[in-house]
Amino acid sequence: MKEILLIIFLVTLFYMSIANRMRGYIQVLSIQGVLMFLVAFFQLHEVSAFNLFWILLETIIFKSVAVPYFLSTIIKHNKITRESEPFLPHFVSLIITTAIVVGTIILASMIKDEHLDKIFFVAAVSAIFFGLYFISSRRKLLSHVMGYVVIENGVFILSLAVGNEMPMLVNLGVLLDIFASVLILGIFVNKIGDVFKDADVDSLTLLKD
Amino acid sequence: MMLSIYFITTLFLVICLVFSRNSKVQEALMVVFTMLQVRFCVYACCHLREDIFNYFSFDALGVLLLVVLTIICIPVFIHSHIYLTRPQAKIESAAVYYAALVLLVAAMSLSFLANHVAVNWIFTEITTLSAALLIYHHRNKLALEGTWKYVFICAISISFVFIGILFLSLSLMHAGAHDLSYKCLIASAQQLDTFWLKLAFIFIFTGYTAKIGLFPMFTAGIDAKDKAPAPAGAFLAGILVNVGFIGIFRVFGVVANSEAFEWCRHFMLITALITLFVASAYMVKLHNVKRMLAYSGVEHMAIVMLGLAIGGVGYVAAIMHLIMHSFVKSGLFLHFTQMYRLYQSKLIDDMGGYFKHNPFGAMVLLFGFFCIMAIPPSGLFVSEFFIFKAMIDARQILVFALTAFFLTVIIWAIARSVMQIIFLPAKREISDIKFSPWESVSQLILFLIAAYIGINPPEILLTLINESISMLAL
Repeated sequence: MKEILLIIFLVTLFYMSIANRMRGYIQVLSIQGVLMFLVAFFQLHEVSAFNLFWILLETIIFKSVAVPYFLSTIIKHNKITRESEPFLPHFVSLIITTAIVVGTIILASMIKDEHLDKIFFVAAVSAIFFGLYFISSRRKLLSHVMGYVVIENGVFILSLAVGNEMPMLVNLGVLLDIFASVLILGIFVNKIGDVFKDADVDSLTLLKD
Repeated sequence: MMLSIYFITTLFLVICLVFSRNSKVQEALMVVFTMLQVRFCVYACCHLREDIFNYFSFDALGVLLLVVLTIICIPVFIHSHIYLTRPQAKIESAAVYYAALVLLVAAMSLSFLANHVAVNWIFTEITTLSAALLIYHHRNKLALEGTWKYVFICAISISFVFIGILFLSLSLMHAGAHDLSYKCLIASAQQLDTFWLKLAFIFIFTGYTAKIGLFPMFTAGIDAKDKAPAPAGAFLAGILVNVGFIGIFRVFGVVANSEAFEWCRHFMLITALITLFVASAYMVKLHNVKRMLAYSGVEHMAIVMLGLAIGGVGYVAAIMHLIMHSFVKSGLFLHFTQMYRLYQSKLIDDMGGYFKHNPFGAMVLLFGFFCIMAIPPSGLFVSEFFIFKAMIDARQILVFALTAFFLTVIIWAIARSVMQIIFLPAKREISDIKFSPWESVSQLILFLIAAYIGINPPEILLTLINESISMLAL
């Protein structure tokens, strides 16, 4: 079951690499939140009930409802155009994403470790590198935030892989999620949208040497 | 016990400061916090080498950096007060500024003392939050841009550190342990899985580069130090880099006892050389004094990393260099407030004839620049000299040559700007203002401390430094 869920997670990354609308990204992030919820539910069978409840609550409320909701409010409030305006054509984007996923599969096949479930490693590291690629290939600041959320999802999956031995690390991952999202979205909701009308990277070039 | 008192009182003070709307109340609260900080520092010195709750420990390096922080925070508070009593300053932004400053000092103190990978990571996160508030002080478009870039890059960097911690935990499972405290990690370093450990080191190192200001994530810190008010910039440039350093150094201590040591040393060496190259390339074309000082911090941190990577006498020199750099760099940032008041600009081209307008300040500034360029009698000269000696001892002639070349370029770039600011006549009309020499005294003291501990290091300092590097394979 976990394997199927994580493969669906990888598929969402492919979808995200070629989706054209901002709203499509938000839907993907929301689906990823639900997937995190299910993976955590099936994976963490050795942590205490209260701790599990808290982690599941965070994934379902925060990852799949609150963050997507905030993102769509920002789009509405700032009247951000629907197109995502990538720097690269979709075809190239798809190839790069495939290369990332294949690369991590090759890397994972080289690891000989009985402590680690390989599929977790593949899903997590692919998401982290895909997030970095996504940030560097999109023009809008809001899509940078989305790329960061994908990185966080990857980190969360990785923490689930060691979650049974060290539940504290999963809790720290949750903490990172909440802290960073609130900080970043907080700045975005309150400030950036109002000050920089069409918030994309070209408007952030005032500070330079 | 003292730690809990410190923690709770600080939180209480932060909340009071946020809601305070009276400058007298703010001053009183800041005095209370300063006393608390000094008391905490004295307590830490008295309880050297003791552990608290398994999560914190008053070890040699932590206490040393805490003392440096406490010494520097007093002039920073005084200059923040001067800065915030300007007529155009608003009381609300002063409240947020002071609260963020207190939070930053507390978070940095506790991250120095953390004896657990995760605890260190949490307090590093808190420094991001408080630093973001300080950078956003002016609430204009530029400050927002700086804050956004800083927060975003720091968010990515703390995710990287967290990934590193996860890999470290995987590596630790091979040793059959589950405790991520540094003591336990060092004790089981021999059994750690090398592959995961290398991966963990790469991610943790890369993550902390955003704080310490090394390649690849140094860019965030540069904008931050440029946009934050100069007294806060003194903290960001002088002390926050130590937070990044201690994050890297503790993990380096673990790696040093494992089989991955040689590999990680080469990794650090290459990163440090790239950083030096980048710093020297940017320094040549800089026009902004604050950015110049920020890039000079990047350069000095690269030298510290070189010292660690080379080893031998380089270890002691690296930590000496770090401590003296804190004093000198924060002093220079504190002095910048006076320069800005005179010229109303950060650009070097707008400055000139500083000696005529503020003779005592100009002499202090000149001394500070001598210190930062590591020209004798600067203490930094001594530590840099020993790092170069370590390079020769280790037969790293190419590294030696490259470092010497980059440093020459950097010294040329700084010296050119300094001469223009102090001695050349200004290109435009400057309205003369009177400066009290007392404003420059605090910076002079900081520079003199740096010179003194470089030329004649006190016995206790050397003992503590030797103790903090005792877990590295010499």
